[in-house]
Amino acid sequence: MSISNERKEYLKKKQKEKRIIIFAQVLILIVFLIIWEVLAHYKVINTFLASSPSLIVKTLSSLVESNDLFTHIKVTLLETIISFALASIGGLVIASILWWNKRLAKIVDPYLTVINALPKVALGPLIIIWVGASTKSIIFMALLISLFLSIINIYHSFKETDKNYLILLKSLNASKKDLFFKVVLPSNFSNIINNLKINTSMAYIGVIMGELLVSKKGLGYLIMYGSQVFNINLVITSVFLLGVFAFLFYYVICLVEKKFIKK
Amino acid sequence: MTSNNNILEITHLEKNYQDTKDEIKAIDDFSFKVEKGKFISIVGPSGCGKSTLLSILAKLEDKSSGEITFNKDNIILGYMLQKDSLFPWLTILDNCLLGLEIKGIKTEDNISYVNHLLDSYGLTEFKDKYPSSLSGGMRQRVALIRTLAIHPDILLLDEPFSALDAMTRVALADDLYKMIKKEGKTVLMVTHDIAEAVSLSDIVIVLTKRPAKIKTIYEIEFEDRKTPFENRSKKEFNIYYEKIWRDLDVHI
Repeated sequence: MSISNERKEYLKKKQKEKRIIIFAQVLILIVFLIIWEVLAHYKVINTFLASSPSLIVKTLSSLVESNDLFTHIKVTLLETIISFALASIGGLVIASILWWNKRLAKIVDPYLTVINALPKVALGPLIIIWVGASTKSIIFMALLISLFLSIINIYHSFKETDKNYLILLKSLNASKKDLFFKVVLPSNFSNIINNLKINTSMAYIGVIMGELLVSKKGLGYLIMYGSQVFNINLVITSVFLLGVFAFLFYYVICLVEKKFIKK
Repeated sequence: MTSNNNILEITHLEKNYQDTKDEIKAIDDFSFKVEKGKFISIVGPSGCGKSTLLSILAKLEDKSSGEITFNKDNIILGYMLQKDSLFPWLTILDNCLLGLEIKGIKTEDNISYVNHLLDSYGLTEFKDKYPSSLSGGMRQRVALIRTLAIHPDILLLDEPFSALDAMTRVALADDLYKMIKKEGKTVLMVTHDIAEAVSLSDIVIVLTKRPAKIKTIYEIEFEDRKTPFENRSKKEFNIYYEKIWRDLDVHI
């Protein structure tokens, strides 16, 4: 099959546009780092308070040497993945139960809304007392933040399922099980994937919040520790790492989305 | 009882809707006998309760009082909605097999019947495609095949063409009519399109404004009945059209 010149032109243009955007995105990052480094080098900004790219690299390499870096990253990642999985599965299961039992959904509705709207940091001290200062309490915090939001989101999308699909199945005398597995679940597939996206960031936020409050390991702990000993390099390095992982999470979820949502 | 040719008898059917403010009567004293193999249209002002009638027959809603008797116990009803409601996540074939699957009768015979229908209506090449790649008219044809797949004794069509554009509508009405006649089905169709009702039906029931009561019943007779499209150009067509129009007493 031959491609017309017009189409070649069009594809070329699209490619070019894509390249320009990625180039600009990378450029912003590089320019920012260079300006930061130069300002630090000529002592325009105080590196003790604002650090600098080269100091971050130095801090990173010393963390690698002392073998601490990977332990902290591992702890944070593990906690995030566990919280994410629990919130996603729990959200889906509980939302399904609520869909199944409309009366129960109506009864718990105000409680869900209040728990979801509650600023969870305020519960930090209680969590430490109840659960203790451990990995468990961090996951507990992350779940408080992500699980309820996940339940509410999925339940709402279940409730918004196309009425015509349901009427069609009911006219065939379908059971509630059929309604759920043949219509509600598949028609909300993209909503469920979208919810995974939200869950990743919520679980991540929850884990870091938990680590700031109670932990002995993890990137949140590094930030807390750094600020206590006034090691701003350590704080900024940790924040930088948080950014890197936020990007990676986003990227992985985008890949999952691309793989599953084709139609 | 079995000696008569009536597949369905409705006597003194009534339907009230309840809500916290009021009770609204939707259908009032509706009685009618449906003869096997007939194509019956129900026309009426919008919101008069004609769709409610089909929902009640399909057991999607409860009646308030009256009797609905079918001539056999396990009557199968094929309910077709205004929107095709094809599932976008299923292929055309799987969409057609949906009813069979829900009813637990996805047998070899039934599957080959569906394949035969798809073949007869020129949809075989789209079998493994998804609904998004089909035009509105084709989608509605698939919806009809899905409805026919379960071998319904009566087809309940709720404004089956109203979501389509004017041209597709006329063409598809012809198509569906052929499919339905070939399968020898009894049809109850609700519509607000007088031309559609007259050109397709053997009997047209005109309903009053809410609460819906039977106003007039027309036995549609053409000198020589052809396809719905050709019926439209017959002299009887205009006579029926005008009478029904007057019955409906439309005011804006």
